[in-house]
Amino acid sequence: MGGPVIQVDGLARTFRTGRGLFRRSSREIEAVKGVSFAVERGELFGLLGPNGAGKTTTIKMLITLLLPTSGQARVLGHDVVKQARDVRRKVGYVFGGDRGLYERLSGLDNLRYFAELYGVSPRESKQRVGELLELVGLTGREKERVEGYSRGMRQRLHIARGLLHRPEVLFLDEPSIGIDPVGARELRATVKHLVDAGTTVLLTTHYMFEADELCDRIAVIARGRIVALDTPAELKKQVTTGSVLEVDVFGLPDGLVDRVRAEPNVQSVVVDVRGQAQVLTVHAQPGTDVTQAVMGHLEGSRYGRVVTREPTLEDAYIELVNAA
Amino acid sequence: MKAVRLVAVAWWLQLKMRSRSAFDGLLSLLYPMFFATTIFMMFRHGGAAGPALLSAAVGSSAMGIWSAVSTTAAFALQTERRQGTLELLVLSPQPFALLLVPLTLSMATIGAYSMAATLLWGRFAFGIDIAIADPVAFVLSVIVTVFAIAMLGMLIAISSIRYRSAWALGAALEMPVWLICGFLVAISDLPSWVRPLSAVLAPTWGVAAMRAAATGRSPWADLAYCLLTAAGYGVVAVLVSRVMVHSARARATLALT
Repeated sequence: MGGPVIQVDGLARTFRTGRGLFRRSSREIEAVKGVSFAVERGELFGLLGPNGAGKTTTIKMLITLLLPTSGQARVLGHDVVKQARDVRRKVGYVFGGDRGLYERLSGLDNLRYFAELYGVSPRESKQRVGELLELVGLTGREKERVEGYSRGMRQRLHIARGLLHRPEVLFLDEPSIGIDPVGARELRATVKHLVDAGTTVLLTTHYMFEADELCDRIAVIARGRIVALDTPAELKKQVTTGSVLEVDVFGLPDGLVDRVRAEPNVQSVVVDVRGQAQVLTVHAQPGTDVTQAVMGHLEGSRYGRVVTREPTLEDAYIELVNAA
Repeated sequence: MKAVRLVAVAWWLQLKMRSRSAFDGLLSLLYPMFFATTIFMMFRHGGAAGPALLSAAVGSSAMGIWSAVSTTAAFALQTERRQGTLELLVLSPQPFALLLVPLTLSMATIGAYSMAATLLWGRFAFGIDIAIADPVAFVLSVIVTVFAIAMLGMLIAISSIRYRSAWALGAALEMPVWLICGFLVAISDLPSWVRPLSAVLAPTWGVAAMRAAATGRSPWADLAYCLLTAAGYGVVAVLVSRVMVHSARARATLALT
């Protein structure tokens, strides 16, 4: 099949909440305000945004759990409203947190149950469950009840559950939330492995380094609208600041911050106290280097670490979201 | 064939889940005994004896099955919603009504225990003569009644897909069904306008079949009606569940928030 695997055009969703028993009043909340994007086969597409930006609502419309108020979306060529069952057969959904599993059943029984729901044949189911337990590192623990699992183990079981029917498109909604750094790293490795094997992945996350490391392209969503959509490298370039200079100074001279700020290519200056040191962070104008000028002002002062770094995806994200 | 397998595996796993709480287990052990004790004492006090007491035993055992299903069926989907699995059930490519069959069937199976407990309690604590005239037909009637009650429970559960507070419906229907289905009171004693309602409730026919088998009459016509109405619930459940799932997707009630 040619064309994008996920095609979203002007998708919107409004929630109506009611309150009061006799004098009933309702309020409308526009969670998603007409987003459009396309995801190509084999791509790992990130949806980044603050809480309440509309990420989960967008995903839930794409996997047919919510009906859009307006707009259209197709997943693998199937309309998410009119051909919901066709979409459901081919997509997997994994969300973060403790919920979504049967606590009183073992990990193995959970997988057996969901394999039945997806019509995986008994012979394939046994083999597939074994493979997935191996993939997510739960072999040997599969007969224990889920209520005794750690959060990381539950999350890994979620991933296995979402992959039982070999979905062509996998929706991961903040899958690394609340799991420890080692678990998160293993999760990123698993996601990479899936993409390498040809699965298309739509990922939402709060963690910038995760998005930076994994995603081919990222859509930044804020207040229900997509405010930027590009590769992580291009998004970083959209930041209006240039390189960032950080210097650990021990005893910052009076008036130095104002003198540095007055330098022609300096965009902003921030001082942060870390232990004995005062960390001077200087954001330069794009395409300029202010290191020599700043170090000139520090002659005669005691300083330690001097680092020049490029703006991170987090710098870009904060700037985009704040501007929305 | 796949659907039968799905129902069988899901029923077994649901049964496993429901039988793992010691607290729930203790309650389901004691609950039918309270029913049976109350009813046997009432009937004894009214001077009932012989076949009347056997009929009361059969009726009170059906009450136990129905109570196990009615109160829990409606709450089951709210529990699924709370643990975040309701969305995953809807997300599966199976017809939603089919997923409810093993759910309510597992409850009815647990309720079926009350059948044995009630009859044994009646025999040993109250000395009631439990002489079943046609044991094979009786067991078959019990199986069909359990299935029919599960299907009725499924109809109640469906409303919980769309309405988060619909679990109260199960509790509200528990006692009226005891009466309307003639578990304890003869349907002929009910007002005439209630009788059509009794006729469309599958447990009415199930209990009638159980009583017929216990007393040596033919249970087959009652059993056929019971199966027919239960199958009708299945058809209604399929249609209504489609509407409810669609409405829940429109109103965003599948998740807790």
